[in-house]
Amino acid sequence: MAKKSPAEKKAASPPVDEAIMLQMYRNVYATRQFELKCAELYRAGLIRGYLHPYLGQEAIAAGACAAIGDDGYIVSTHRGHGHCISKGAELKLMMAEIMGKATGYCGGRGGSMHISSKKDHNLGANGIVGGGIPIATGAGMGIKIKGTNQVAVSFFSDGASNNGVFAESLNLASVFNLPVIFMLENNHYAVSTRIECSAGDCNLAGRGAAYGIPGICVDGNDAVAVYLETLKAARRARNGEGPTLIEAKTYRHGGHHVNDPGLYMPRDELEAWKARDPIIVLRNQINNDKKIKAVEEKVDQEMDAALEFGKNSPNPSVEEFVASIED
Amino acid sequence: MAELMYREALNQALFEEMRRDPLVFTMGEGIAERGGSYKVTVGLLEEFGPDRILDTPISEASFTGCGIGAALVGTRPVVEILFVDFTGLIMDQIINQAAKYEFMSGGQGKVPMVLRTQGGAGNGLAGQHSQSLEALFYHIPGLKVVMPATPYDAKGLLKASIRDDNPTIFIEHKLLYMTKGEVPEDDYIVPIGQADIKRAGNDITLVTYSYMTLKCLEAAEVLAKEGIGVEVIDLRTLTPLDKDTILESVEKTGRAIVVHEAVKRGGIGGDIASMIMEEAYDDLDGPVVRICGKNTTIPYNLELEKVCVPSTEDIIEGILEMV
Repeated sequence: MAKKSPAEKKAASPPVDEAIMLQMYRNVYATRQFELKCAELYRAGLIRGYLHPYLGQEAIAAGACAAIGDDGYIVSTHRGHGHCISKGAELKLMMAEIMGKATGYCGGRGGSMHISSKKDHNLGANGIVGGGIPIATGAGMGIKIKGTNQVAVSFFSDGASNNGVFAESLNLASVFNLPVIFMLENNHYAVSTRIECSAGDCNLAGRGAAYGIPGICVDGNDAVAVYLETLKAARRARNGEGPTLIEAKTYRHGGHHVNDPGLYMPRDELEAWKARDPIIVLRNQINNDKKIKAVEEKVDQEMDAALEFGKNSPNPSVEEFVASIED
Repeated sequence: MAELMYREALNQALFEEMRRDPLVFTMGEGIAERGGSYKVTVGLLEEFGPDRILDTPISEASFTGCGIGAALVGTRPVVEILFVDFTGLIMDQIINQAAKYEFMSGGQGKVPMVLRTQGGAGNGLAGQHSQSLEALFYHIPGLKVVMPATPYDAKGLLKASIRDDNPTIFIEHKLLYMTKGEVPEDDYIVPIGQADIKRAGNDITLVTYSYMTLKCLEAAEVLAKEGIGVEVIDLRTLTPLDKDTILESVEKTGRAIVVHEAVKRGGIGGDIASMIMEEAYDDLDGPVVRICGKNTTIPYNLELEKVCVPSTEDIIEGILEMV
């Protein structure tokens, strides 16, 4: 893809409050550091199960979550650490959960693929591709029934967009005019199958039209662009104008899973996307080294503390668990 | 006390719970204007309006998931799936989402959703509209499974299910909708997890639920004339299972038959029979027997259909072989 200079990018984006830009930068950077640390811990055997890094996609979660406010609901995916962090989760409680500890968000019962954070209105990651799309739609329905002015964001991937519940949920949200934003993170790969091989039409945003809802395509490596489109969609939702489909184009910095080297991803394509790393794009837009450094230092401290907290936390009690199981 | 049909009792439960709690709503196919295929939701649209009584597209997986999401944000959905056979379309949402949410979130969230559906043979609806699939749900930790047999229990258990904080699979039987029974007009609930001894007897225990309860009671009535005391336990709730009531009865009678319409292979009867033999072996005078549906797809032809599910005569015969 064509590389834009930072100046061009800045000129292309409408102005956004510096505080919001820095908040988004905090989340992009924190997600990056968190994922790199998790990969290290995974290789050291301190994290088990599956680990699907959000590396390269951080701008989408950061932009979308900044736009919907603290009371906005999200439903996340198996590649969900970025959503969780951007929605306000504490790194130490996340780290403890991913290490399977009793102090984690889910008491060590969920792990990476099922992490949720109720206080942040994060209804949780999901181990089933597409499984969360109807649930987010339902959060929108609940909002409508309760008459609150919230919105719900459904994060999912290009892979999930070929699942039946995607079509059903878009239709349902359209028919019932629900305050839902369908955030389709098109990272071009469903595990290892390219979108060109799995979609009859790669214009995924265009699928909104089939259900009578706007379908918008946005640069998923540009947190500001994602933020602005989500803001518009949230405004529509709150005005009773119903759901929006946003296709955010992005690219993973590695394979599907921490142990997948992603050799099927063409190197030149990967390098082109890496040159437009969400961190670099946002850093250039903020263009204030001092403030960026302050944000990074604070995150680095949080990461250190999170790691210590995770390592020092106890495992859940086997006895208590067994005793809690009903016959 | 008024005599109501099973479907009217369910309808009354929905009216009462929706009046009591504005967060209760219901959605499904053809439930609003049409009032539901079996008239369970008649009149709700007029009183509660289209925001709380929703006609959905034919999109079972997504509107079931929609119920889960709505439950997670604090409402209490009653989702109707027209036929239990159609739950094949929603299994991810039930098995992987609803059943596991509370557990996997470490108790941060609950799914107070009722999934109402109906099953059973008897109307010549053939293989995809006549099944008894409760064992699929019984097998999954995290779900409650409720299958009332009488109008009284239907009303009380539906109200209890709506107030329960867990995902509850509430399975009605298509041959029960027109059956009648006394139903109090006042606000009562039947607690989930309590079986009911529908008829007391000292010679043999029948453990059953849903429509087969009626068949077992007919069999018990016939055998009473021959001096055989048949105790009929209507489980009402499959999960949680009221083991105490079953075991106390077996201790008294020493003989037990599990009767259900669902196919025998992999059915709940096998699990209950094993449970009785594990926990009350010394009380038994012989092996626990299962009288269940045959291991076949339900055929269309009524005469063929009839032989697939236990009849009153089958139950009488089974009892006579044991006492």
